[in-house]
Amino acid sequence: MKLSILGARVIDPASGLDQVTDLHLEAGKLIAIGAAPAGFSASETIDAKGLVAAPGLVDLNVALREPGYSRKGNITSETRAAAAGGVTSLCCPPHTKPVLDTSAVTELILDRAREAGNCKVFPIGALSKGLEGEQLAELIALRDAGCVAFGNGLESFRSTRTLCRALEYAATFDLTVIFHSQDRDLAEGGLAHEGAVASFLGLPGIPETAETVALARDLLLVEQSGVRAHFSQLTSARGVALIAQAQARGLPVTADVALYQLILTDEALIDFSSLYHVQPPLRTRADRDGLRAAVKSGVVSAISSHHQPHERDAKLAPFGATEPGISSVELLLPLAMTLVEDGLLDLPTLLARLSGGPAEALRLPAGKLAVGSAADLVLFDPASSTIAGEHWLSKGENCPFIGHSLPATVRYTLVDGRISYQA
Amino acid sequence: MTPLDAKRPLQLNAQGQLQHFLSLDGLPRELLTEILDTADSFLEVGGRAVKKVPLLRGKTICNVFFENSTRTRTTFELAAQRLSADVITLNVSTSSASKGETLLDTLRNLEAMAADMFVVRHGDSGAAHFIAEHVCPQVAIINGGDGRHAHPTQGMLDMLTIRRHKGSFENLSVAIVGDILHSRVARSNMLALKTLGCPDIRVIAPKTLLPIGIEQYGVKVYTDMTEGLKDVDVVIMLRLQRERMSGGLLPSEGEFYRLFGLTTARLAGAKPDAIVMHPGPINRGVEIESAVADGNQSVILNQVTYGIAVRMAVLSMAMSGQTAQRQFEQEKAQ
Repeated sequence: MKLSILGARVIDPASGLDQVTDLHLEAGKLIAIGAAPAGFSASETIDAKGLVAAPGLVDLNVALREPGYSRKGNITSETRAAAAGGVTSLCCPPHTKPVLDTSAVTELILDRAREAGNCKVFPIGALSKGLEGEQLAELIALRDAGCVAFGNGLESFRSTRTLCRALEYAATFDLTVIFHSQDRDLAEGGLAHEGAVASFLGLPGIPETAETVALARDLLLVEQSGVRAHFSQLTSARGVALIAQAQARGLPVTADVALYQLILTDEALIDFSSLYHVQPPLRTRADRDGLRAAVKSGVVSAISSHHQPHERDAKLAPFGATEPGISSVELLLPLAMTLVEDGLLDLPTLLARLSGGPAEALRLPAGKLAVGSAADLVLFDPASSTIAGEHWLSKGENCPFIGHSLPATVRYTLVDGRISYQA
Repeated sequence: MTPLDAKRPLQLNAQGQLQHFLSLDGLPRELLTEILDTADSFLEVGGRAVKKVPLLRGKTICNVFFENSTRTRTTFELAAQRLSADVITLNVSTSSASKGETLLDTLRNLEAMAADMFVVRHGDSGAAHFIAEHVCPQVAIINGGDGRHAHPTQGMLDMLTIRRHKGSFENLSVAIVGDILHSRVARSNMLALKTLGCPDIRVIAPKTLLPIGIEQYGVKVYTDMTEGLKDVDVVIMLRLQRERMSGGLLPSEGEFYRLFGLTTARLAGAKPDAIVMHPGPINRGVEIESAVADGNQSVILNQVTYGIAVRMAVLSMAMSGQTAQRQFEQEKAQ
């Protein structure tokens, strides 16, 4: 199929391109920007006047819940939701049942994702067997099956020595390790950021030091082992300051934040609404400001949804008995556009953090509009708005943004030149 | 889909009357004073030969306790009986929950038995809010203690105790001593004292037993008992749970008593007519000396008596708030 997208404002943060022009697609690839190549005649065109065309969004953390948690979501439902949010590539975390620590589970996920055809899926393998933090998973078998990086989630290693060896082993083969730095002991039993709000509500706290103590240790271990490292889901201003320091002394580490951490603070908990129960927790305004500044400066190069769909019952209990997580991948673009609307980021920078930044962090073949590369695109109307929840594709309705009017509307998402979502 | 987190003032009906009693947060001074005045009038009922008034005749009150309790449960039962309500008490910790039934299902079953009011105690902070929001909007929910968050009837009975012994709150110094961090009683007391205009609220505890950001309650923090008790009118001691010795919060009961135990000598630093309070059950020799607990400044047993009156006040006010709200909704529908 030959497709021409006419008259869009084409923004490619990777190359600095930002102009109104045409895009021409053939056989799943972007073959020209601007004038059509000689002899090209489009079988289909999209009139994209007034729309922005950008690299398809790359989300580093979307829980697909399959295999094992089909009551919460499945690969088809959650990748459809992602496509609606403008996502063309996503990474899924290893927290499945069975855990994503074998090539069989990896292949199952990749097969189902291909069948669904909504998004390119890049699995994150478990760093340790069963995520138990004791024995290394077969990292090379997992890599060969398609895992692009390895992590252990918030389940930390019991022994620092074992973690250290895991990093050295990963470094041997130039594998990327993803850290969710949180000290298990300091976070134990905690439900909310340890601060005035949690104290008032009588909720057990998770101190900022749960993140910073673990982060400082992990950064030193990364430096010693020389492993490629990505730090995921940072929540505190001091945490991103530690990343900035490490980068300043030449350590090639990258980092992401959850989009909702750039919008919400722990003040949202004041009525005990379980929709705001997330792990790691929402922190203070000062932390949110610190995260926003780090995203702007590029210390944090990726914004991800950290999508965690749940069945209704998982959130229908007193706060402490509910499961943590927010379902929001299908709002990724419009929700992120609130950062532009509020003057915190300019549009090209935002798009960089949602595409090129995350793709580079995990070396994914995505995130830029280059002639000859896969035609993974999002076309959105920046002047329109989205009523969150008007249509809902994810199985998880656990989203505190439902009902809000958000800036911009995704019109088309294209994966390999094929329309995977159309509003 | 509709927003799941639509905010509304849960405790008050359209006319600003109590329809649930979940926490003292956000309740105006007039309402707290009304509770105290109503409780005062019920105290007379307790003194009569026939201790019943017919205010809640025909109403069914379920006490649902997910946590153990003796004092609170019994005084709620007595309060309901003195208001002529039918009362049933369930200790859920020993029944449904152990069979795997969810909180939601347990309460829906009770709701189906046409209960008019639930008194709930639960180990999770926010449990009473959750129930009022999600389970049964037509049923008045009274918080009998939720996690570390709130114990509003205890807070109000403590206020009644103070008012009956000290007359008012305007010129008082009140010290709350001990495990503030884990205490829902302390949180409710701090809120009530502030709302009622107490100018000098002190908390006395080691840093391990103080929640972060306690200044938001408008209290002064002391880590020295002698300094903190100087010239106070009221001393509220808190119970110290045994399990606090593990995890490094405190070295031992002995060391806690040495630093923060209320002894006759320490109490001498307070005003000569200072009263000593404790929500019970007391640990003699851990947070309080027997001579103080049994001494003439102690009003610990008065608190229990006042607790019945305060609970009668809250039950009757919440029920009438619910009735008014139903009438209001019916009229609006017509």
